[in-house]
Amino acid sequence: MRRFVVVLVSAATMACATGCATQMPAPKTQAAKSKPAAAGAGAGAEKNNEAKVLPPGLDPSTNLDPYPSTYRPLPSGTTAIVNARILSPGALEIAQGVLVMNGGKITAIGADVKPPPGATIIDAHGRVVTPGIIDPHSHLGVYPSPGVEAMSDGNEATDPNTAQVWAEHSVWPQDPGFAHALAGGVTTLEILPGSANLFGGRSVVLKNVAATTVQAMKFPGAPYDLKMACGENPKRVYGGKGRSPSTNMGNVAGYRAAWIAARDYQRKWDDYRAKAAKGEKADAPLRNLQMDTLSGVLRGEIRIQNHCYRADEMAQMIDISHEFGFHIAAFHHASESYKIADLLRREGVCSVTWAEWWGFKMESFDGIEENVAMLQRAGACATLSSDDENLVQHLNVEAALAMAAGNRAGLNITRPEAIGWITLNPAKALGIDTKTGSLEVGKMADVVLWSADPFSVYAIPEQVYIDGGLAWDAHDPGHQPKSDFMLGQPAVGGQR
Amino acid sequence: MVRLLAPVLVMLAIAAPPAIARAQTLAITNAHIYSMGSSGEIASGVVVVSSGRITAIGASARIPDGARIIDAHGGVVTPGLLATNTPLSTVEIAEGVEETNDNATASSVISAAFDVQYAVNPNSVLIPIARLGGVTDAVITPTLSGRHERKNMIFAGQAAVIHLGQGPDLLEKTHAGMVLVMGEDGARIAGGSRAAEFVLLSGLVEDVRAYAHNLANYDLGHSRAYGLSRQDLEALIPVVEGREPLMISVHRAADIRQVLRLAKEQKLKIILEGAEEAWSLAPEIAAAQVPVLLSGYADLPQSFDMIGSTLENAARLNAAGVLIGIENPPIYEGGRTPRIDAGRAVAHGLPFAAALASITINPAKIWGVADRIGSLEPGKDADIVIWSGDPLEPLSAPTAIMIKGVEQPLRSRDLDLRDRYLHPTDLPPAYH
Repeated sequence: MRRFVVVLVSAATMACATGCATQMPAPKTQAAKSKPAAAGAGAGAEKNNEAKVLPPGLDPSTNLDPYPSTYRPLPSGTTAIVNARILSPGALEIAQGVLVMNGGKITAIGADVKPPPGATIIDAHGRVVTPGIIDPHSHLGVYPSPGVEAMSDGNEATDPNTAQVWAEHSVWPQDPGFAHALAGGVTTLEILPGSANLFGGRSVVLKNVAATTVQAMKFPGAPYDLKMACGENPKRVYGGKGRSPSTNMGNVAGYRAAWIAARDYQRKWDDYRAKAAKGEKADAPLRNLQMDTLSGVLRGEIRIQNHCYRADEMAQMIDISHEFGFHIAAFHHASESYKIADLLRREGVCSVTWAEWWGFKMESFDGIEENVAMLQRAGACATLSSDDENLVQHLNVEAALAMAAGNRAGLNITRPEAIGWITLNPAKALGIDTKTGSLEVGKMADVVLWSADPFSVYAIPEQVYIDGGLAWDAHDPGHQPKSDFMLGQPAVGGQR
Repeated sequence: MVRLLAPVLVMLAIAAPPAIARAQTLAITNAHIYSMGSSGEIASGVVVVSSGRITAIGASARIPDGARIIDAHGGVVTPGLLATNTPLSTVEIAEGVEETNDNATASSVISAAFDVQYAVNPNSVLIPIARLGGVTDAVITPTLSGRHERKNMIFAGQAAVIHLGQGPDLLEKTHAGMVLVMGEDGARIAGGSRAAEFVLLSGLVEDVRAYAHNLANYDLGHSRAYGLSRQDLEALIPVVEGREPLMISVHRAADIRQVLRLAKEQKLKIILEGAEEAWSLAPEIAAAQVPVLLSGYADLPQSFDMIGSTLENAARLNAAGVLIGIENPPIYEGGRTPRIDAGRAVAHGLPFAAALASITINPAKIWGVADRIGSLEPGKDADIVIWSGDPLEPLSAPTAIMIKGVEQPLRSRDLDLRDRYLHPTDLPPAYH
């Protein structure tokens, strides 16, 4: 899509750029299910809440997960990959080792591990095993292939604040791009709304499994994210319509006004609940979906993924987060993160960027190949992403290019560090790093077996496991999912 | 051309005037050479360069007295890469800085006559970045403007070949080819249907022929009305006479078949571009001796024109005997170099030597510059790269780059940015 159609390219570029964050509390969606209306008011609320239960849908706290995941892992048994070179972030490379998967989890890993009796044995013959790749910035499903107007569902470009929209309600599960990403070793993706708006809406984290509904792809227990966007896109889209924002200062005023409104919304609900708890007469505020998402951020339940290219703008966004009391999980695209690496490390904000994409507009003109490597050395959270239906299939090569550039600069990037840029670090950005992103006992068995060194352009994923189930096998058409859209097409060219 | 009024560019130009080295006699020794020419692969050999040209190549080529020796230490040596179908040097920043976008026109007067040679900016800061990807030469192709209004002309204009050395004149070949966009994008401009597109194109070709035979009457106003301006008619004469190639962007199999038929009927020398479904009629394309310039990453049904996209397109066409070149996406869209795209084709079945040819000698042949660039052969321009490893691998990089015999600095604006922020001092970075 890069070469063709300026319109689509810019739509995709606009679309990108939310952020990922680390170390935020997991959302409390499970616990919040079916809570009584007054639960948020604290101790003592229960005694009077019988009469105050609002009709379904009117109380934002009663059901924080109205579109729950129905994901079920693919069938799996016990599998042992033996004679494998094992490459995982945060650990030394194992030259020849064994990885055992059982019940959807990694159950053993190491040089001296014995495969359990009855396990299916996969002999890697020295080939390389890595964690499944995680793309923290994708628009698959919301800007699907074919890229037709009828399914261009990634940007609700009708108002600078559309925090009320959820990307999952635009995802087309039949996008053939999902299977292509899987063939490239991608096991988890964050699907974001576009970057036309200051607040683009909620993102959704998906397991990259073939499914008929988006609910069946939703990563169980993954936090929700809110996409925000800095810079050129919002001011171009709305300035072009004669509306605010038309400048960067208009952008910032727009963010601040929205957070003020969200705090006020929270206050109204808190007042209502306090009165209701005391048995006083009180009218419930009208529920507002936009404010629900923003106040979810202020409660620490929803993470901010912030499209932001320039160092100076990132520093402004950090000040805004301090002013209103929230945390930015990640800056996306983040072309200039290397200029403020220390600030990003101190603030615990990830950068979700590229090695090779830069210079397509003023705010990306200072992007450099060494960005992730310089962040890594500064101790900041560094990740790569695709923001593109082609690049998502080759993130291993993007990591190789970034590692090579870093090492030419004398930064001594290790292979486990570089593989972390497309596995564990994006998991941190999305708040799922305790579940996936590295090869460790107890984690989800999201695993790729490569035909060769994954830092080689010649390597392809031969097998991809998601929660221990064989989701892709380059040599077995029976393990290559195919979109309904591709059925019956006489000219289909091949698996990729 | 000298539109570099962006202050940052002016500053750089003042601060660091490029020191233009001079071509001299030198020999690259101890080199693992992929000549891409008649010398083939030489496991350990010598390339001799004098006055900007290659004068000798071989396992034991004689080194002239006084030649400067560049020891490759066993490293891979290839011809410089040829970036095919790029806007490099005619677009500085694609979005939001329209005034630096000179690779397309929305003019109501010219389309075929549009000629990118006049927009080449040798001071583009993108050129050194492309050069660090091992690119020494580039085919600059125009594209359709997104600002077309009511137009029925589907020509984007004329391509030029440039080198990426230093100095004021980068042009190697002008009028290298005419660019025509068909398929969905062309159909939209041609009135909303590809059925209209083909009828219109045939009519335009006939108009050019009639014009060429009746120049005097045209000037007297005695000819019928033609569908193109005088400038466009003039520009198309070498195309309809089969002297200048016509590059046609086209995607689905049915359209490719129509294009082959039209080219045969009208005796046009064509190049297929894009051609995602070309693999499905590879024998027909090979029989017609039509070359194909293809993407190194397209594998998705990104439109209804590309349902059959596959990364095996290159391998299948090559196996059928089609002359293929792998394109370079715009540098500001991830296309810093075409070498990774060529490597990807190897991962999907293309032999290594064919992949290297697809970004060197093949596009040189396709664009009519193989007499000067694209391979390491005596008499050709000394556009040469020494690599740290396999040139198609992401972990490799050029260790030396030579253009017309002149060794190029391994520097670029992004390395300047890197170094400014990599080594902080007590003063703000602006003082570094």
